[in-house]
Amino acid sequence: MNLVLFLEQALNGLQLGVMLFLMAAGLTLVFGIMNLVNLAHGSLYMVGAYLSVALFKLTGSYLLAVPLALVGTLAVGMIVELVALRTLYERDHLDQVLATFGLILFFNELVAILWGRAALYTTLPEWLSGQLELFAGVRYPTYRAAIIAVGLAVAVLLWYVVTRTRLGMLIRAGASNRTMVAALGINIRLLYTVVFGFGAALAGLAGLMAGPIYTVQPGMGEDVLIEVFVVIVIGGIGSIRGALAGALIVGMVDTLGRAFLKPALATIVSPTAAEAAGPALASMLIYLLMAAVLAVRPAGLFPPRG
Amino acid sequence: MRSSARTVTIFVVLAALAAVPPVAALLGQPFYLDLFRRIMIFAIAALSLNLILGYGGMVSFGHAAYLGIGGYAVGILAHHGIHDGFVQFGAAIVASAAVALVIGAISIRTSGVYFIMITLAFTQMLFYLGISLDEYGGDDGMRLAAHTRFAGLLDLRDPTPFYYFVLVILAGLLYLVHRLVGSRFGIVLRATKSNEARTRAIGFSPYLYKLAAFVIAGAMCGVAGALFVNQTAYLTPAFMSWTRSGEIMFMVILGGMATLIGPVLGAAALLLLEDLLQSWTEHWQIILGPVLVLVVLFAKRGLAGLLPGGRRHE
Repeated sequence: MNLVLFLEQALNGLQLGVMLFLMAAGLTLVFGIMNLVNLAHGSLYMVGAYLSVALFKLTGSYLLAVPLALVGTLAVGMIVELVALRTLYERDHLDQVLATFGLILFFNELVAILWGRAALYTTLPEWLSGQLELFAGVRYPTYRAAIIAVGLAVAVLLWYVVTRTRLGMLIRAGASNRTMVAALGINIRLLYTVVFGFGAALAGLAGLMAGPIYTVQPGMGEDVLIEVFVVIVIGGIGSIRGALAGALIVGMVDTLGRAFLKPALATIVSPTAAEAAGPALASMLIYLLMAAVLAVRPAGLFPPRG
Repeated sequence: MRSSARTVTIFVVLAALAAVPPVAALLGQPFYLDLFRRIMIFAIAALSLNLILGYGGMVSFGHAAYLGIGGYAVGILAHHGIHDGFVQFGAAIVASAAVALVIGAISIRTSGVYFIMITLAFTQMLFYLGISLDEYGGDDGMRLAAHTRFAGLLDLRDPTPFYYFVLVILAGLLYLVHRLVGSRFGIVLRATKSNEARTRAIGFSPYLYKLAAFVIAGAMCGVAGALFVNQTAYLTPAFMSWTRSGEIMFMVILGGMATLIGPVLGAAALLLLEDLLQSWTEHWQIILGPVLVLVVLFAKRGLAGLLPGGRRHE
């Protein structure tokens, strides 16, 4: 096998992995702390992507558009939490799933009204659209490398916030016993809104980074959302460590499967059979992986403690 | 008294459905025949989901999978020149039961939010599988080669006989679910929903009961899929899209969980509402979405709760 090609695909897998992690971190935090299944997390990803495209067009500056889009998604997330989701924390998961399903329909249609149903064309500033020479003869797109760097930086930052700061301590306390935290005089409702807002901003970050690679269109969040479900089921719901491990595993397996499964199959069965079965099997690979993990560990690889 | 009121309600609904074709013909609106046949097909799908969701407490967010398997079973057989209804519907039932057995065997090992996400993920997997089946239209789907024929009895190409065929199946499945829920099997299933640990403590194995219910529901929904592909005359992976699963689930909630007539009312209410909104605006989903949220927040008991004798089994 060609080593350079393999390295390139492994980096693509890492890039997909960190993006899935940004989504999974928010989703798993919200579930772990508020016990809320939020299907509309994919809508926040979409909002991030659309806001960044619109703001880039408006301001002409990518460096200005990105933070504005993040703040915008954070605000949208907090508004959604205050208006709709707050009343759902005490409800069972079925109600949460249905109500957030309703929110998805709303957001997809809203985006279609504002920007149309067709996919948006996105551009990158020049300094991000080139290629990077990793070492002699191996080149990699600067933009994808930047995504990996940003994703890993956010992972470290998140680890620091959750384990080393007062806010992180409150988050962990809120996850294990919300009544006790409230009894100690902490405004738990405000804490929930803040956590939800940051989860939304992480989803928005994933969305705005995804825009130039995938397509920006209504409903773009849902395909990713279901992959993120696979990630957190594999990692263990409610665990950030699990989200990171699950995201990297799913990102790698998905990317490498799509790149190498067909040629690998062709060496075993006939090339025509590989041609037919390869893509089908590659698209099912992460779900089969999930089934395998669950067969061995029904609570995922890193179930949260306590 | 309550149970007889419930029976009367069901017969009134079925009689009303039976009256649709002559009334539509009288009004010169064949469109209603099509709409109500669609409603009954989704009622069957919702009825099957209600068996596991309402009575069994299993929040499956992937019920559209079996609609797709049933549809693909019929579509693929028709593509290869087999149009016999007994073969096609038999294949649809066996295939969707088999898929439900595999998905159920894995998912029922987990519970709660894991169960929701896993059933959703497996359905998405089948959706992608449908997209990658190039011979059967792939992403775009394919036209149904010919409608199902029951030799000498029935051709589903004829709108009115097809309508009554769906009605008879719906009535039969309503009776089946009624008998199932009242049987020893149904009592154990409902006991599992209300307290799994106690059910285990008195000597039952909830896993097998839940799995059996999951497979029965899958097979029933496979029938709905086989009917649905005859309704649309077109087969696409969108049969299995996750929004379809959400719609079927919403029909159950809207109509009233764990009631016999609820899924029928829910399917009618949702599809009529969609039809109404679509006639107002192209962007009807922007209204439907918030309506959904409001129903979940404020109308938990569903439409069946409003009817005489419609309160759910306790």
